Amino acid sequence: MSEEVVLLDFWPSPFGMRVRIALAEKGIQYEYQEEDLRNKSDLLLKMNPIHKKIPVLIHRGKPVCESLIQVQYIDEVWHDKSPLIPSDPYQRANARFWADFVDKKIYEIGTKIWTTKGEEQAAAKKEFIESLKLLEGELGDKPYFGGDNLGYVDVALLPFYSWFYAYEKCGNFTIEEECPKLIAWAKRCLQKESVAKSLPDQEKVYGFVLQLKKAFGIE
Amino acid sequence: MKVECAKTMAAEEVKLLKTWSSLFGLRVVWALKLKGIQYDAIDEDLSNKSALLLQHNPVYKKIPVLVHNGKPISESLVILEYIDETWKQNPILPEDPLEKARERFWAKFNDEKLLPSIWGAFTKEGKEREEAIAAAVENLKLVEEELKGKKFFGGEKIGLADVAFGWLAYLICVFDEVTGFKIVNERYPLLLAWMQEFSQLPIAKDNCPPHDKLVIKFQALYEKHHPAK
Repeated sequence: MSEEVVLLDFWPSPFGMRVRIALAEKGIQYEYQEEDLRNKSDLLLKMNPIHKKIPVLIHRGKPVCESLIQVQYIDEVWHDKSPLIPSDPYQRANARFWADFVDKKIYEIGTKIWTTKGEEQAAAKKEFIESLKLLEGELGDKPYFGGDNLGYVDVALLPFYSWFYAYEKCGNFTIEEECPKLIAWAKRCLQKESVAKSLPDQEKVYGFVLQLKKAFGIE
Repeated sequence: MKVECAKTMAAEEVKLLKTWSSLFGLRVVWALKLKGIQYDAIDEDLSNKSALLLQHNPVYKKIPVLVHNGKPISESLVILEYIDETWKQNPILPEDPLEKARERFWAKFNDEKLLPSIWGAFTKEGKEREEAIAAAVENLKLVEEELKGKKFFGGEKIGLADVAFGWLAYLICVFDEVTGFKIVNERYPLLLAWMQEFSQLPIAKDNCPPHDKLVIKFQALYEKHHPAK
């Protein structure tokens, strides 16, 4: 039944990585289809006509779009194994809040770090570290955001760890110095097979970022 | 007996921190009213935020914040799902995971695409305004498509997406009046029909901010963004 689940994705996309981790955690067999974003497949355009973006999760021929919506969908359909979202409504709301925080803060600010210079970059670095520190606060003494096991917020945030090296090189700073707890958390997560096989190598991501900078004429 | 009564009353303490005009706060009001939940409304003055607000939403310091038995929840869409999971009557999300995903997708579309593009058309000038209007037109077209064959985004009854889009039903006419430009026009008959249906719902009819007061507020905001040269 491996054709039942198809993931249209792009290897460096942190949003795609979220879905890969969720599928791996649940042990779901699926077909991975790498998209060339300069030449989008007919399937992608058909399955996500509104945004024309990856990742797209196709289950029994029906598409689900938007990474956090996909992770929730996966959790609801394959609910008997490795639950990602808590069952208590207040804890669920808390998990959704922090996953949404990652969406609002980490990606956009991270992007500013590698696409800007000078004052704008300095401001982005500052806000980035502040956001990570807030996340460290939420993590507290727990091994994972989800408690004893990987949860929704872990899945939402982990992909960005694969981009940290690129941010550090472009921004000329060290994240571990400011947020050691978060780096420890990421390394802990990487010990899990579901995470290790879903995240690309940090150097590879940095190489990709350098290519993008060249292509867009960003110094 | 007295202790039992006190226990029952304390068991369900719901507070909503909002403002009189915020469309995000209003969504939460609609959901609470739909489910018949008693709550205390606290209207904040955002130029002088209360200690309660700062305590309950330290990350963003924004409204709305729902406080249920002393525990705060922030971000309107998160609050809506919390309300739906806590009080089961009149659900706004379906059981089926695919249908749920669809509702969430469109609620997100409103918040991340439609609303910002219309707000851009309202506040920006020159080329930026042209671009915002073009984006709004594209977004409205997509929303119109989604309504084909349906009374509400949720089907026969309203769902999460309807609550998210609900601001159109009472606020778009205010923008029309202030700008003299009708963005949701005859090109979108299904959307106009939906706006009519939504505004006739008891939750909307009885709980929208006064039109005249909104016109004054948004007129002032419009002038701030478009200073006379």
